[in-house]
Amino acid sequence: MFSLGSNGGKYTKPSFVSYVNPEQKGNDALQEKNPVFLPGEVVFCSASPVLKCTHDDLLEGSIMGTLFCTNFRISFVSDQVLLEDVVQPFRNRLYGENDIPLTCVDQIYGDYDEKRKLITNTQMKNKHPNGIIVHCKDLRVFQFSLKLAKEEAAKKIFQGIVRHSLEPKSLRCIFAFSYCENIAGAPETQNKPRTLMFENIVDWMEEMKRTKGNCKLLEINKDFTISQKVLFDRLPQFFFIPTNVLEKDLAAYQGKGVPIWCWSHHSGCALFKTASLPLVQEESFLRAQKLYMERMLNAVAHNYLYAVKAVDLSETLPSIQDIQQSYSRFKQNFLIDNIGEFWISDMKWFSTLETTRWLSIIRQCLHKAVEVVEYLEKENTNILLIEDGGTDLSCVISSLVQLMLDPHYRTLTGFQSLVQKEWVVGGHNFLERCNHLNNKDKESPVFLLFLECVWQLLQQHSLAFQFSETYLTVLSDSISVAIFSTFIFSSPYQRVSSMKTESQTHGSLLNIPSVWDWSLQFDCKSQEFLFNPLYREKSKQEKTRNKNQRPKPIRQLSLPNATPPKKYFFKEETESLRKMLRGTRISRWMHLSDSAQASVWEFYNAWQQKPLDYHGLLLPDLDGPAIRLWMQRYLRWIPEVQIFGGGDITLVNKITSLSQELEELRMELEQQVRQADPRCKSTETVNKSTIRMSCFFPFASCRSGSFKPAIPTSHCDGEMDMGHLAEREDEDTELTDNSVIRGCAD
Amino acid sequence: CNSSLRMEPVPGLPLLPGEERVIDKEIIYMCPFSGALKGKVFITNYRLFFKSTDMNKSVLDVPLGVISRIEKVGGATSRGENSYGLDITCKDMRNLRFALKQEGHSRRDMFDILFRYAFPLSSNQSLFAFLNQEKFEENGWDIYDPVQEFSRQGLPNEKWRITANELCETYPSKLVVPCKATDEDLRKVAAFRSRSRIPVLSWIHPENQAVIVRCSQPLVGMSGKRSKDDERYLEIIREANGTSRLTIFDARPNVNAVANKATGGGYEGEDSYQNADLVFLDIHNIHVMRESLRKLKDIVYPNVEESHWLSSLESTHWLEHIKLVLAGAIQVADKVWSGNSVLVHCSDGWDRTAQLTSLAMLMLDGYYRTLRGFLVLVEKEWLSFGHKFASRIGHGDKNHADADRSPIFVQFIDCVWQMTKQFPTAFEFNERLLMVILDHLYSCRFGTFLFNCDSEVKTKTVSLWSFINSDQASYINPFYAVENGCVLYPVASMRHLELWVTYYIRWNPRVRHQHPNPMEQRYSELLALKAQYLKKLEELQLSDTAVHLSNSSAPPTHLTNSSASPTQLVTHLRTSM
Repeated sequence: MFSLGSNGGKYTKPSFVSYVNPEQKGNDALQEKNPVFLPGEVVFCSASPVLKCTHDDLLEGSIMGTLFCTNFRISFVSDQVLLEDVVQPFRNRLYGENDIPLTCVDQIYGDYDEKRKLITNTQMKNKHPNGIIVHCKDLRVFQFSLKLAKEEAAKKIFQGIVRHSLEPKSLRCIFAFSYCENIAGAPETQNKPRTLMFENIVDWMEEMKRTKGNCKLLEINKDFTISQKVLFDRLPQFFFIPTNVLEKDLAAYQGKGVPIWCWSHHSGCALFKTASLPLVQEESFLRAQKLYMERMLNAVAHNYLYAVKAVDLSETLPSIQDIQQSYSRFKQNFLIDNIGEFWISDMKWFSTLETTRWLSIIRQCLHKAVEVVEYLEKENTNILLIEDGGTDLSCVISSLVQLMLDPHYRTLTGFQSLVQKEWVVGGHNFLERCNHLNNKDKESPVFLLFLECVWQLLQQHSLAFQFSETYLTVLSDSISVAIFSTFIFSSPYQRVSSMKTESQTHGSLLNIPSVWDWSLQFDCKSQEFLFNPLYREKSKQEKTRNKNQRPKPIRQLSLPNATPPKKYFFKEETESLRKMLRGTRISRWMHLSDSAQASVWEFYNAWQQKPLDYHGLLLPDLDGPAIRLWMQRYLRWIPEVQIFGGGDITLVNKITSLSQELEELRMELEQQVRQADPRCKSTETVNKSTIRMSCFFPFASCRSGSFKPAIPTSHCDGEMDMGHLAEREDEDTELTDNSVIRGCAD
Repeated sequence: CNSSLRMEPVPGLPLLPGEERVIDKEIIYMCPFSGALKGKVFITNYRLFFKSTDMNKSVLDVPLGVISRIEKVGGATSRGENSYGLDITCKDMRNLRFALKQEGHSRRDMFDILFRYAFPLSSNQSLFAFLNQEKFEENGWDIYDPVQEFSRQGLPNEKWRITANELCETYPSKLVVPCKATDEDLRKVAAFRSRSRIPVLSWIHPENQAVIVRCSQPLVGMSGKRSKDDERYLEIIREANGTSRLTIFDARPNVNAVANKATGGGYEGEDSYQNADLVFLDIHNIHVMRESLRKLKDIVYPNVEESHWLSSLESTHWLEHIKLVLAGAIQVADKVWSGNSVLVHCSDGWDRTAQLTSLAMLMLDGYYRTLRGFLVLVEKEWLSFGHKFASRIGHGDKNHADADRSPIFVQFIDCVWQMTKQFPTAFEFNERLLMVILDHLYSCRFGTFLFNCDSEVKTKTVSLWSFINSDQASYINPFYAVENGCVLYPVASMRHLELWVTYYIRWNPRVRHQHPNPMEQRYSELLALKAQYLKKLEELQLSDTAVHLSNSSAPPTHLTNSSASPTQLVTHLRTSM
């Protein structure tokens, strides 16, 4: 007799069925022991034989191979050619499934005689561990055993890996630099519509024209002279400011406090952001700051109808450190290296998630964004977002606000342009926030937090976005690949100046590619996964209708106008402004203020009662059950949670195949009209009936029709306290005699 | 009650054939979402209907069957606005609060009438199902024919026979038992099984012939009694498909199974049943489930717990119970799929056992995932095998605190919903079917869920399936893709289980009910477009043919070619659907 606990966890090997035709398998079984290196990639050291251990039941135990450490990655090359290498429908051109870009390493644990120790760069022991466990930033977990390798090689590879992935390094050591020296300066192939990079005046003017804003373009930082001079290196080359702000205002507080234009609402009001002024104690300085800020607010108010609202984000949202702490607790729950651990943590899953507070931080950001949207949309008030550094949470909030209000940013290129405008050119410190140089102290996943918020919007309104969930997941992975200029600099100034220096030493113009050049990572077929098949472009009819309806653009939401729109005139603001400048800030982000919450609810309810327009205003549902876990990103590598043949992906696939069918039909029709040969072309129909895709497709493998289910191995024994009820019997009757049968009620 | 004939018809108030109005009253509905609403309440022998004077505000349409408890709140002298009235607790996750004028015992008649019509059994009256005069084309009582269903499974065969039930009052009339067991054997086994619920076949695998057998616990007792007949009977079951080991799934936690010995029950000891493996599935009893759902109601009604949603949800344990039930069913299905026969029981074999067997069959047999098949499954595993709906729901009974009440069937439907959520293309029916089934679990409009076991009386009522089958189209999942002979294993991990928000929190207007859901809408748009294209193509090709036909100079090969293509095309598209 045994109970559930001892029964589960037995795994038998299922038969593996590839995604491609079986004939293709094994043909190119070339025994190649070296990874395919990228241009500029150099091997530091290698060790062989190394065992890669896996708890995926597909692979049963471990694989023998060679472990490399290069200036780009840690790479495991298997001795046997794995089927998987051939069959992945979605693969990255830059690194394979057994490669870990150095910047993607999150933590390394050493296995010292069954004792696991976290390896830190300072504590470099001479004694190398028997094995290493690598936790990656994209949530993969690798276990390598060094037991079989020669003492010297094992030591060398261990030290090499630790040195290159954990020790502090200089910007120049980031692989992108060696990479770009060795690739031909690829001519930028810009299709239409293109991603606006905001590195020249044209892009800025185009954006201003599109949103019909009326701000003043500043070119004085064209050569980054301001950035050099005033110690405020976050400023972009070009930017817009309210017409009433003077050039000399920039110098007053090193560029802080100057409202930088983000976006204009069709009503005329606009969204601005700025870094808050330095904290001062002395009365005279305080007075001067107050006067200065009043003037800045006045200038913003002047933009439209003299209404302005300052939104201090540092005061009401979690700090950068809070975000970092929360995320490091959160991600730990997905870096799972044994099945037992998985099922034990399953019992307390919800409360574990909650204690990390990550979902609640996402919710707060979305909530704040809705608050700002309400001011812009309902009250047509100009907004000035204020934040200590001015390039973290203000980027999150300003991008979210634009995403909710402006359907243009829900297209793929629109979204990329938004990220360029608000984050890359907007001066978000990717270098330090992503910790590419291993100086932990300023690390914080602020950009990831933004992507999380976008994912929440996407999963709630799946038809409104041109890009897919997979796009967001892949974009989040790209942050830690360190090949793209997008994510490796601290500011536009740093990017331009270091590229200039590099080009001079190299003797020719160097160019680090942008992440938006997706062909670097994926072939055409794989790139299709980045698009959302549910998205429907605005039809031509709708577009022309809108043109005729001007000046009432489609984005306008006509809300019930029961209450006359309140205007937040400048004078009302002085009180909160004074508070803001007083120096002490009470962190009250733990709970949203009741009035703000009530107002946002009302706004959301009013919006919800209207028919949904996917090309109009989009708001997130902020209720507890509505904020969810980004399962594809976080659970995709865990074998236990793969639903084979299930998940929403099955719906998406049905829609995709129907769309393809329609496309074929359409072509058929055209042919018919042209009196061409009407024979129907025999499309090869892959018999997928026995193949089951994972619900995390395209990230996880497929299975054949028969396989073992995952059976929970840990249960509530004693943990679940059901009190006295659990001891009772279903029916309060004695069973001593079978003649007592309860009669049927009738 | 002839008075209702004289009453003016009320716009918006639907009346079923056989439904009669009893009383109208000016009242205030204390809506937890939109505040106090003035209006009028109409009570019939079937429902409570409230219409707000403000036309835009919501109406209430509540079958009296869902009422579990009616209380008077506030006295004639209570202070405070709207403090005098009635509080109604419902079985379907909501409460209703009405306020009345404080003078002249204004609530007395309403209280009495509600009490009488909501709890007819407490005053020796009939449930509405017996007064309902609705007529439907198909008689839902005919949907399940045990002999037909067993023959679908290939039964009887050389190992299994169908026999008339003469042993157990709570069992269906036809039972499938091993050919090798005589009626006398069955009688002896019945003496050793609680309430004579002997092990009988419920499902057989079409290829490996492994079976799901269900029963109640053995009467082992404190003294550790054995029954040679029972032991031999289980051996016969094991041998039927040449399985070397029989797996006995006891749905209960180990300790409960042990504790049952004190009341004469127990479990199969390993000494007595040497070729059997006993596995406890740790599913808790009806009292624990009742308490769990009560806690869930606390955090979702009227307002959704906001600040600590996830930990509050966890503390109800509702999803944890769902997980254990699903995990148990997965193990049953896994065993059977790999060729081993299984025996499933709990204490009496009508609560947890029904959940496990029906869910395992849903995983194993694609037929039960069709609309009709699912109704058959409910009829078979729940109704015919005597799940005590009358006691578990407490139809028409004022005793709201009855310990026999428990949401076992709700829990089963929730498990089914979890499966449809994980496999959105594998089920022919949609979420709406599950909601309607749960609505009528309480409504007392149909006879389906009124009884504790199969009863002749039920044919005097209308079957819920008559109602459902009269409008099949609205219960169909457009994404359904037939996939027979395929086992579906849901993932029973908290990572994938989620609260069925559209059911449990449906009274909250903030929960968006997207009907039809956008994905579905998109899909049907595409389907419509496809039909349009196909029509156009066919037209073009017909006219093409016509041109060629009229033109005698056209070569005959071309003619046959073009006239054949439309059908070719159509079949091509149909097969790839």
